[in-house]
Amino acid sequence: MRKKFSAKRLEELLFSVLMKASAVIVFGSLFVIIGTIIARGIGSMNLDMITKTPEGGYYLGKEGGVLNAIIGSFILTIAATVLALLISLPVVLYINIFKGKGSRLAVVIRMSLDFLWGIPSIVYGAFGFTIMMFFGITASLLAGIITVTLFILPIMARAMDEVISMVPHDLLEASYSLGATKYETAFKVATRQALSGIVSAALIAFGRGIGDAASVLFTAGFSDRIPLSLLQPAATLPLAIFFQLGTPFPEVQERAYASAFILTVLILIISILARFLTSRHKRNIIQ
Amino acid sequence: MNEKSLLQVRDLNVAYGTTPALKGITLDIPNKKITAIIGPSGCGKSTLLRAFNRLLEDGDEVSISGKVLVGSEDIYDPRNDVTQIRKKMGLLSQRPYPLPMSIYDNIAYGPRIHGLSSMGSMDEIVQYYLTVVGLWDEVKDRLKEPASRLSIGQQQRLCLARGLAVEPEIILADEPTSALDPKSSQKIEAEFKSLKNRYTIIIVTHILRQARRLADYVAFIYLGELIEHGPAGQIFEHPQHEMTREYIQGVIS
Repeated sequence: MRKKFSAKRLEELLFSVLMKASAVIVFGSLFVIIGTIIARGIGSMNLDMITKTPEGGYYLGKEGGVLNAIIGSFILTIAATVLALLISLPVVLYINIFKGKGSRLAVVIRMSLDFLWGIPSIVYGAFGFTIMMFFGITASLLAGIITVTLFILPIMARAMDEVISMVPHDLLEASYSLGATKYETAFKVATRQALSGIVSAALIAFGRGIGDAASVLFTAGFSDRIPLSLLQPAATLPLAIFFQLGTPFPEVQERAYASAFILTVLILIISILARFLTSRHKRNIIQ
Repeated sequence: MNEKSLLQVRDLNVAYGTTPALKGITLDIPNKKITAIIGPSGCGKSTLLRAFNRLLEDGDEVSISGKVLVGSEDIYDPRNDVTQIRKKMGLLSQRPYPLPMSIYDNIAYGPRIHGLSSMGSMDEIVQYYLTVVGLWDEVKDRLKEPASRLSIGQQQRLCLARGLAVEPEIILADEPTSALDPKSSQKIEAEFKSLKNRYTIIIVTHILRQARRLADYVAFIYLGELIEHGPAGQIFEHPQHEMTREYIQGVIS
């Protein structure tokens, strides 16, 4: 009796230590990563980094900043997120509201999205490159937008699917019983009910898109100038980090960490802004 | 029955996959009265109610045969527009589901969809239907607040008002008080009594005392079959069928 009791105690102790350790790893790694970025990049953090484009010899340690990459990343990822939203929202509403979340079509689409999600971004980059070749366009903002859209589409659609499929069926029935069509129910009720989840899905996709280097490597190219048209190549922050980190000069490598810090802060700002905007809507939701 | 009834069910069969849920239901629902559909849980009461406004076909693998006539129209006639059929019937579900919007917009949702303007301005429509359900004085100063902030009893009355705002002829209520406290239940029941002169009300309930309090006409359903139906007094005092008698006495439940 006593032995069994202490074995149970031991088991409990072991698991509680394990769980606490996991929590510490998750939380700790967040601090270590942000801490590293700040510690190694702080020396190069100055206003020039975010207000100037690279000047001659920037990658050798001369004057300039990464404004080209900040603007390039922003334009490219916002455009890709909007395009992906325009595609994934109808798909998700169609399989969940019009066809039913357990329908055969829904299962097939979900499987395809999961499959697409698993494809590495470098493959999307190579695919985008093939499309570029086919249409005869060179590395440009446009090619980058298209590639990143394809890359983040399954991520966004699948995350959105999770929240739309959680909309209570009784709520949809309430709308139908008032004589609303499926179209009206989908856009006026389901979308509103799931709005904060939809925004989260768009954000997750935005975060993945702005942070990915492989998909834009061949497609968006790189340029020290701010892109002025869709057909010009555009710099992006992940590639800026990559190129700076790849130089043999410590002061340029330090700028890579400063760029990483800028990227992290940008994602943080977008995420806080979106949460703030949706919190106003969230109070309407019926739990 | 002297009056021609508005809602007539003729040999209605419903099955989920291969499991039959309703078997050969034939029933006339009297006009401008409260009809209670009673019976134990899981015996097809809600299925019958949902068959009336075609919410059943939304599910997977449901097969339906037979007729449900509203006036002279068969609602399962493929030529009929399902939204027009549903517009004729307001539905009150077991627990209230206000739409994710303000109190005002909840009432205005139906009228906006159907472009109803017979009542005048939208403000008047909203005020009128909130008054009908006795909610106006409680919410008139916070119409722009989300409906989710109301108490559950208020939410159920809001859902009733929302249903009435599309000017239906029939009110379908699926155990509408089962999630409510006794006081809120009382308000809903009082509401039904005052509405029955203007609407045909069908209420599904497994609370026998509620059926006794409210119903003018009663249909008893057991394991998917309509066992007996008739005026409330007759069903409760002189049931013809052995099973009805046992259910009312509490021998089976």
